[in-house]
Amino acid sequence: MYQEVILDHYKHPHGRGLRDGDAEVHHVNPTCGDEITLRVKYDGTTIEDVSYEGQGCSISQASASVLNELLVGKDLSDARKIQETFLELMQSKGKLEPDDAMEEILEDAVAFAGVSKYPARVKCALLSWMAWKDATAQVLGGADAEKETTA
Amino acid sequence: MTQLPGLLDTEALRKDFPILDRQVHDGQKLVYLDNAATSQKPRQVLDALSEYYERYNANVHRGVHVLAEEATALYEGARDKVAEFINAPSRDEVIFTKNASESLNLVANMLGWADEPYRVDSETEIVITEMEHHSNIVPWQLLAQRTGAKLKWFGLTDDGRLDLSNIDQVITEKTKIVSFVLVSNILGTQNPVEAIVRRAQEVGALVCVDASQAAPHMPLDVQALQADFVAFTGHKMCGPTGIGVLWGRQELLEDLPPFLGGGEMIETVSMHSSTYAPAPHKFEAGTPPIAQAVGLGAAIDYLNSIGMDKIFAHEHALTEYAVKRLLEVPDIRIIGPTTAEERGAAISFTLGDIHPHDVGQVLDEQGIAVRVGHHCARPVCLRYGIPATTRASFYLYSTPAEIDALVDGLEHVRNFFG
Repeated sequence: MYQEVILDHYKHPHGRGLRDGDAEVHHVNPTCGDEITLRVKYDGTTIEDVSYEGQGCSISQASASVLNELLVGKDLSDARKIQETFLELMQSKGKLEPDDAMEEILEDAVAFAGVSKYPARVKCALLSWMAWKDATAQVLGGADAEKETTA
Repeated sequence: MTQLPGLLDTEALRKDFPILDRQVHDGQKLVYLDNAATSQKPRQVLDALSEYYERYNANVHRGVHVLAEEATALYEGARDKVAEFINAPSRDEVIFTKNASESLNLVANMLGWADEPYRVDSETEIVITEMEHHSNIVPWQLLAQRTGAKLKWFGLTDDGRLDLSNIDQVITEKTKIVSFVLVSNILGTQNPVEAIVRRAQEVGALVCVDASQAAPHMPLDVQALQADFVAFTGHKMCGPTGIGVLWGRQELLEDLPPFLGGGEMIETVSMHSSTYAPAPHKFEAGTPPIAQAVGLGAAIDYLNSIGMDKIFAHEHALTEYAVKRLLEVPDIRIIGPTTAEERGAAISFTLGDIHPHDVGQVLDEQGIAVRVGHHCARPVCLRYGIPATTRASFYLYSTPAEIDALVDGLEHVRNFFG
């Protein structure tokens, strides 16, 4: 399960550190104590930045690094597609062999396919992705709420 | 092969445990070092379980037919074995529960519903320690929240011992119950019972001891402990899951109210009210875990055939060796006492910045089973400023060669993530 790509992201994380954001969330994995604080910044529907700080195992930390690499600069709809595909892969219990289409969408994140065989570790891999989804919902929820109040 | 004084003949012993022959991950020999989580079961216990179901299965205490009487005799016979194992003055002081958590919750609920002088209420205090398993924290938090009682605790020293320097301020005239662990599941620390019991008795507080990590590993004498309640579980001492024990002093069990109501625990029932069976049945509502109790009885026979003092000596020798070997590993930090004195055979540690989940996973790839995480004792991790630990824990069948395998495995972990 420890693919070279994963260890590389773990040892040299992309975009680590907290920077300005439109929303901040803090997620924990209670079974092992992995933690992440994550901020998202949007420019319209484009993801301008995902910044994060956390502690935890190599899987959880490498996953956050991959997320940053994959999602920053993407349009929200593309990012959602990536997130959903990653979720599908991680919930596959090791039964899903990523095809070319999936590899094209997930890039480095496809290295986590092996992790999906280990139920105890799937949550580690998903921690930052769930945090991103939550933070994004907060930003959009906030925007919707603003629209409602100004309407 | 490393020879240490006091070791058991593990080569012979291990033949009793079929699972220890298992290979994992395509031919890796299993090195099972997660005994503080649960022990493996010898053939003698597995046979007792299947023999019970094949020959004697019936409900207890209610039939007049042969099977019911035999099943009852086996179930009550297991109670006799437990009573003797812990040197209880009376077999009626041994209550079967499903695990140590239920035993501890039972004590908390007895006291929550009790009349004076036992009643825990907003004028009174409950005392625990910072090294408790969650099962000896949360029941008392619940009791405190429901009654308004104040929850207090002993802190820990930097070397993993209880800090009793303020014992007279922690245990006071207001204290109704002091509940603490005999041997910590995360630190391995063996606590000084006598000092705590003496102070509790001075102020008239009851004492409850969580012996989950002691009963499997050392002679346990409830009379010598001088506690009022002692809780432990069967599955950590070669028995099956689903069976635990609460021992309580007879006069307390007579005075204190039942918690769960139902069949088995009554004397007479009318639509208006009921009267209760005497202890221990008063606290055993419903069909009990019969086969599991029989299995625990067989486990006790097995442990007795080896001798608890010999098991303790074996584990002590292993712990001494393990501490010495582990401290040779660069970047290791043992969380808990770094000598084998006043300590059980569970050793927690961190390895540099490598997260325990990664340590555990790479050890598992080599066939080595350890526990990683906060070990249901999160306050201990907070106290020492760490997210989690890796824990290796030994039992009567553990060997020095398995400790060597762990040390080599950790070296591999370091190289892998280094």
